[in-house]
Amino acid sequence: MAETDKKDIDAHTGVETTGHEWDGIKELNNPLPRWWLWVFYASIVWSVIYMIFMPAIPALPGMQGYTPGLRDHTERENVHNALADLQTAREPQFERLQQAAAEGGIEAIEADPELLRFALAAGDSAFGDNCATCHGEGGQGAIGYPNLNDDIWLWGGTFDEIRHTLEVGIRSDHPEARYSQMPAYGADGLLERQEINAVADHVMTLAGLIEPTEAGETTGAEIYEFQCAACHGVDATGDRMVGAPNLVDNYWLYGSEREQIVNSIWRGPFGVMPNWGERLNDPTITALAAYVYLLGGGEPDEFAEAALLDRDPGGEAGQ
Amino acid sequence: MSALAQPKRSGFDTSAMAMTAVCLLGLVWSILAAANGADAAMRTQSWLIGAGFLFGLLAIVGIYGEGGVKTEPTEYNESVVKAGAIASMFWGVVGILVGVVIAAQLAFPALLSWDAFPQLNFGRLRPLHTSGVIFAFGGNVLIATSFYVVQRTCRTRIASDAGAWFVFWGYQFFIVIAATGYLLGITQSKEYAEPEWYADIWLTLVWVVYLLVFLVTLAKRKEPHIYVANWFYLAFIVTIAMLHVINNLAMPASLLGSRSYSAFAGVQDALTQWWYGHNAVGFFLTAGFLAIMYYFIPKRVDRPVYSYRLSIIHFWSLIFIYIWAGPHHLHYTALPEWAQTLGMTFSIMLWMPSWGGMINGLMTLSGAWDRLRTDPVVRMLVISVAFYGMSTFEGPVMSIRAVNSLSHYTDWTIGHVHSGALGWVGFISFGALYCMIPWLWKRKGMYSRALIEWHFWVATLGILLYITSMWVSGIMQGLMWRAYNSLGFLEYSFVETVEAMQPYYIIRMLGGVLYLAGALLMAWNVYKTIKGDVRHTEDVAQPQSHKIQPAE
Repeated sequence: MAETDKKDIDAHTGVETTGHEWDGIKELNNPLPRWWLWVFYASIVWSVIYMIFMPAIPALPGMQGYTPGLRDHTERENVHNALADLQTAREPQFERLQQAAAEGGIEAIEADPELLRFALAAGDSAFGDNCATCHGEGGQGAIGYPNLNDDIWLWGGTFDEIRHTLEVGIRSDHPEARYSQMPAYGADGLLERQEINAVADHVMTLAGLIEPTEAGETTGAEIYEFQCAACHGVDATGDRMVGAPNLVDNYWLYGSEREQIVNSIWRGPFGVMPNWGERLNDPTITALAAYVYLLGGGEPDEFAEAALLDRDPGGEAGQ
Repeated sequence: MSALAQPKRSGFDTSAMAMTAVCLLGLVWSILAAANGADAAMRTQSWLIGAGFLFGLLAIVGIYGEGGVKTEPTEYNESVVKAGAIASMFWGVVGILVGVVIAAQLAFPALLSWDAFPQLNFGRLRPLHTSGVIFAFGGNVLIATSFYVVQRTCRTRIASDAGAWFVFWGYQFFIVIAATGYLLGITQSKEYAEPEWYADIWLTLVWVVYLLVFLVTLAKRKEPHIYVANWFYLAFIVTIAMLHVINNLAMPASLLGSRSYSAFAGVQDALTQWWYGHNAVGFFLTAGFLAIMYYFIPKRVDRPVYSYRLSIIHFWSLIFIYIWAGPHHLHYTALPEWAQTLGMTFSIMLWMPSWGGMINGLMTLSGAWDRLRTDPVVRMLVISVAFYGMSTFEGPVMSIRAVNSLSHYTDWTIGHVHSGALGWVGFISFGALYCMIPWLWKRKGMYSRALIEWHFWVATLGILLYITSMWVSGIMQGLMWRAYNSLGFLEYSFVETVEAMQPYYIIRMLGGVLYLAGALLMAWNVYKTIKGDVRHTEDVAQPQSHKIQPAE
């Protein structure tokens, strides 16, 4: 029956079926929609034209190369040229930046509005891709990662000092890295748990976080004098030569809660920053240093010298 | 009388011997790996694998102790299809749930990562989601419907009952090995092909049996011609076998370990991977589900397929062209430019062959358009085809190099994938299950048509939230990445682009929650239908007898 000549017409559409039936399903014998066929042809024609103009057909096995196409297009070369163009466009400004920094430091950069705008743009771009991961998008810092907007500096906040820190890193692999190590008083068994609590009391009292405690003013003060004062200073204002934080400036890199302070004494923080000199070129580091300096907390040279000499800038610079 | 009622049994035949041998071999290997495995993850996982093989041996003893696998040549084997339908529903809910979890992790990364549970890291849950929805859900839908469709359109029982059951349980076993492996950190880091060498070998075995069962069933058909749905199923099974074997060619670092080295290196490895990855989309998620469309749409609306000629031309053009389009995943990479041209032009030429299926699906409704209004299952099937049309247009557009330079690596790709996955694959599967479940369990319809309506609308809203948020987020991301300021520096750092995406990640997560809610409504509806609670339903499924009709 299925294979006879008798035509089977679908009542609704009036279209002939193919005469087959599977589990109740039939098929109409409609032709291919014309628009479908023409668009299909057009896409094939377009593809062939594209292949004529662009790299397309690989060589036969045993032969080298491919058909390069009439446009002789290579993306590798385009990328190479685009990068070279960018380089050429930036080069003069970067050179001016290097020169200005070498001759007149940050003041020379600040004095030239066009150069300043360039340095900040270059610095912002480099900061976002390299520094923001730890220091935060706006340089606001996080626990363990210093805030770069304030005027508190562990290793110095002048333009040259910031540039040097970027160059060699902190506790990095660089031979001249900024380096110091606070002992892990608890983890290495140098102090007992109670002694650490006492010295934490003393430090918190010095910082004005708590009222003096008995343990803090006896055991704690004694331990502070022998163990901590060498770096953090008798008056606890820190020492930039060894990156020892000021303990009485109300800024706490590892947190101001008792638990956090005890933990810092226990484990001896060992914060690391990579030596960016290895990864970024000199002009980029200069731009980054200018950017960080101008985030808000950069120190003029004489201010920093005063800070190093007597740890109490006071005077006009401090106003 | 009692002799007639007694089901026929296969007896302990060659296939039973082969399965016993495989299980014994697997058990021995698992014990060796548990004791001497090269790495901790392998030693842990081999306990589970061993338990699976032991369970298999016990099942063989139980079944063949009773005389063997049940078979009845005058009836279709519907029990293996029933098992597949339930497995589909189960894995669907699991896979979508994991998707919602990882969407939430992306929206709230700090809140939803736990150092104590590395198993629940985004990196391990993500392949669990993709494999869960593609292979566990999609694969079970394909296996179940193909066994149903091939029997009925060939008017013959499945070629081997034991073989069909082996495919079903073997495939579930593969899913469990793959999924637990991901959680333990076992992966070969190839997208959609993450399972390691031993899981790959097991799947190859299962797949070859699947191919044989399907082919022999086709060969013993009682119809003169092979129905178009079966061409698509066959293309899917054959091509997936080829893709799976080639992309997974690797040398195990140890025969008792969970690590291996790919046979390919560098850009060849990348191209092999994306030849595989793209055609997993083409032959698993397109050809396979087109087969579902070609059976379930004409069946549900009771209208003939629109054009036989179109089905032939679009079938052959689709499978010929699809296989070359993979390189468009590697635009602007180390892949030679001529290969990128090949991938792009073949993707453009693929547009109409893909749309041939859409035309045939939609035009089959000619004479039954009113069903869109009255039957939510038909609406689901038709919207599915509409999403298919949309994403098979979007795909060629995104393969154009200039467009790809903006869209590549952004969320636009994720949105594109999900309009295909949630819209096309999800809805065509749900629609097919809504048709098939009353047929299989001999109910007059699904338990509640209202619940199907709710499922349709909730899930559709979820899809729209998902894809629109990803379009906006993706295009924004692409534009931010390429923005330069007047001084020649990038306008935005990467982390700023990540920050800008968060609102869209939350909207995407909400879309996922809605889609999951729809799937849960469906699971409840399916449960009630199977239980037989269909007296008051308004859903009407035309009855499908499990007896094989004799030739006219």
